[in-house]
Amino acid sequence: MSFEFKTHEHDVLVIGAGGAGLRAAIEAAGTGLKVGLVCKSLLGKAHTVMAEGGVAAALANVDDRDGWKVHFSDTMRGGQYLNNPRMAELHAQEAPARVRELEAWGALFDRTQDGKILQRNFGGHRYPRLAHVGDRTGLEMIRTLQDHGIHQGIDVHMEVTVIELLKDGDRVVGAFAYDRELGRFRVFKARAIVLATGGIGRAFKITSNSWEYTGDGQALAYEAGAELMDMEFVQFHPTGMVWPPSVRGILVTEGVRGEGGVLKNKDGRRFMFDDIPDNYKEQTADNEEEGWRYTQGDKNSRRPPELLTRDHVARCINREVKAGRGSPHGGVFLDIAWIKSRLPNGAEHIKKKLPSMYHQFKQLAGLDITTEPMEVGPTTHYHMGGVRVDGDSQMSNVPGLFAAGECAAGLHGANRLGGNSLSDLIVFGKRAGEYAAKFAKENRSGSIDEKAVEETAKRVLQPFERASGENPYTIQHELQDSMQDLVGIVRTQSEMERGLEKVHALQKRAANVKVEGNREYNPGWHTALDIKNLLIVSEALTRCAMERKESRGAQFRDDFPEKSAEFGKVNHIIQKAKDGSMKLTARPLPPLAGDLQAIIKEMG
Amino acid sequence: MVKSVFKIWRGSKAGGAMKDYTTEIGEGMVVLDAVHQIQAESAGDLGVRWNCKAGKCGSCSAEINGVPRLMCMTRLSDLPAGEPVTIEPMKAFPSIKDLVTDVTWNYDVKKKIKKFKPRKPDNADGTWRIVQEDVERVQEFRKCIECFLCQDVCHVLREHHKHNEFVGPRFLTYTAALEMHPLDVEDRLPDLKQKDGIGFCNIGKCCTKVCPENIMITDNAIIPLKERVVDRFYDPIAKLFGFSKKS
Repeated sequence: MSFEFKTHEHDVLVIGAGGAGLRAAIEAAGTGLKVGLVCKSLLGKAHTVMAEGGVAAALANVDDRDGWKVHFSDTMRGGQYLNNPRMAELHAQEAPARVRELEAWGALFDRTQDGKILQRNFGGHRYPRLAHVGDRTGLEMIRTLQDHGIHQGIDVHMEVTVIELLKDGDRVVGAFAYDRELGRFRVFKARAIVLATGGIGRAFKITSNSWEYTGDGQALAYEAGAELMDMEFVQFHPTGMVWPPSVRGILVTEGVRGEGGVLKNKDGRRFMFDDIPDNYKEQTADNEEEGWRYTQGDKNSRRPPELLTRDHVARCINREVKAGRGSPHGGVFLDIAWIKSRLPNGAEHIKKKLPSMYHQFKQLAGLDITTEPMEVGPTTHYHMGGVRVDGDSQMSNVPGLFAAGECAAGLHGANRLGGNSLSDLIVFGKRAGEYAAKFAKENRSGSIDEKAVEETAKRVLQPFERASGENPYTIQHELQDSMQDLVGIVRTQSEMERGLEKVHALQKRAANVKVEGNREYNPGWHTALDIKNLLIVSEALTRCAMERKESRGAQFRDDFPEKSAEFGKVNHIIQKAKDGSMKLTARPLPPLAGDLQAIIKEMG
Repeated sequence: MVKSVFKIWRGSKAGGAMKDYTTEIGEGMVVLDAVHQIQAESAGDLGVRWNCKAGKCGSCSAEINGVPRLMCMTRLSDLPAGEPVTIEPMKAFPSIKDLVTDVTWNYDVKKKIKKFKPRKPDNADGTWRIVQEDVERVQEFRKCIECFLCQDVCHVLREHHKHNEFVGPRFLTYTAALEMHPLDVEDRLPDLKQKDGIGFCNIGKCCTKVCPENIMITDNAIIPLKERVVDRFYDPIAKLFGFSKKS
């Protein structure tokens, strides 16, 4: 073979080391198997650290009316019933045990008066349900998993990027990768592979996602023959920073609103009261006083409209800005400072409950959130779509290939509730690890297709060999601009058609990029390779968004502003056709079991 | 638009030199923005680590105008106007390339510290009752984002290269978080005294000064641990009566 590479052998290979990947690796290693964990960055730096508000689990520590059935029906309602009901059921049932397990591994959540795990309110959750640590719950979670995981005999390969899954017949049996440090190729042999690579946020210009989130898991799975599902549903978090320009997109936690923060337009009006969707009317306060009481824990009050689901809040903000009622820099105002008029020691209370937010605005925007309102606007945050998996095992339609966390689809349907992501990671990370280990035990190792490895190695080195070619950063920026403008928060057919044309044009240009320097820690080269994945997911999401001629959850279409009963019955499935083209199928939703139907009805 | 000069260290294990780059500066820009802009415009292969760009992951540690800081949290407007900005990699760790250093030593050190060991659950359902005050004492240490700037600035590591004898402020803080964890029952004092080398710290507080999370590393983590070590191993009265760790 003309290319040198190092080979590693594991029983189970986990790709991605955020919450889901770490939890999967811990579970698989617990069965006594040899587990490898590959991550694009250093261990403990994955996007899970950014999660702020909390982890949703019906522990019922703060309100004893809560339970898995309520959590299940909240999740289904939030997802506009496109969710995989089996996943929503397992998630609601198992999240409490997974949270308690974190505590047994050293996580320290904030407490109630009687010493139990404290839970806070969040959008779309009927009762206070989010276990949290101030506003840095994600950091607490990833650090707990990391510090527990390093003692479980897992082989961690840091700063290694997978570029292709290797198959033997129908099954995946390995992965081809490079290390960032020297650009050396690596071949990982494994009997089962878990994808836990996170989202696709880098496809958009305004995003809370880091460089890592280029849809790797989704694209790797697609190329390996796996089905992708619900790709049209991208969550735009309603509150990202908008000023100064260099911090545009950085997340402002929903916890600000959970603690009593209110949204106002330039006229000082709390515009969220002006548009409360019918299916949430009964659960939503119709006056400011009641909303305030709710945030302070009054069980007889209903939530303020600022805590409606993220898709809705993001659209309302978008509408205010477009109507010319926005803040000076194209957002709206989020005011937490006002609670000082209600709480003695209000400023200290804000700093204590929202320390990272205080810090973030003080340092990056020179603004004190205890005295001034923040300027906020929607930012690309999360992808509900991803690899289609079996609800119980998390296996895709490709044998031996599993997916968990953000890169998998199903749990969240058309829109994810805040806090359901961290619980998703630990519930389905565990399941993926467990079933991947089972699969690895039941199947022999396959053989690596050396020809495929050789071809890929040749392809990925081409950007160095071209005498001239395009700058990879330029292509990435053009894609981000195009997706933001044409397939963003408000969509129409004609714009999306142009967006798809742009994707195709960029696919051609991406085949002709040139990078300077050598293979050692070369971000230009890494960007050139990541573009392929970004283009695959951008094409998939644009196609699905065009096909779904309705507005539902995170997808809002100007040309089809209403929900359609017809589209409410299907998930969109993307798969690579034999001729290499992208194939889209509308597939009827999985049946909703009778008992689950009854729960949804009972919970209203 | 104003242009500004950045002197960035370019090189690898074999050595390197400062190189000048000029790029336009916009309102609110941080050092990491400038580095990204330079990457996209004129130095595609400029090596730099980063992730969250919000001071939460601790990836983009470097030395800016000679001071260990996070590139994503250092605003250009807070640096001297009109003067070039120097950006160098952390000096306490071996170079990989440009601004990227080999920090794997830190990961190896952490693995050797005895892991969390909780007391038996308080309740039949496997849960514990903990009061908020006890949680808060440790939460300060658990804010750490592992940027390793404290390790970089510590003279025991930076100048005296005691990497084999001293775990550094980050892992003394990590140990403090475990030792003061309300549920933990492990004993790490013998290790602190011997293999972790807590005695090497002469409480210069440089680590506290550079911590982007404002953790009072020396006062709240290291000194209390030093006191515990002294109480255990050097206090004749405690020795006489056989007081042990953790009441």
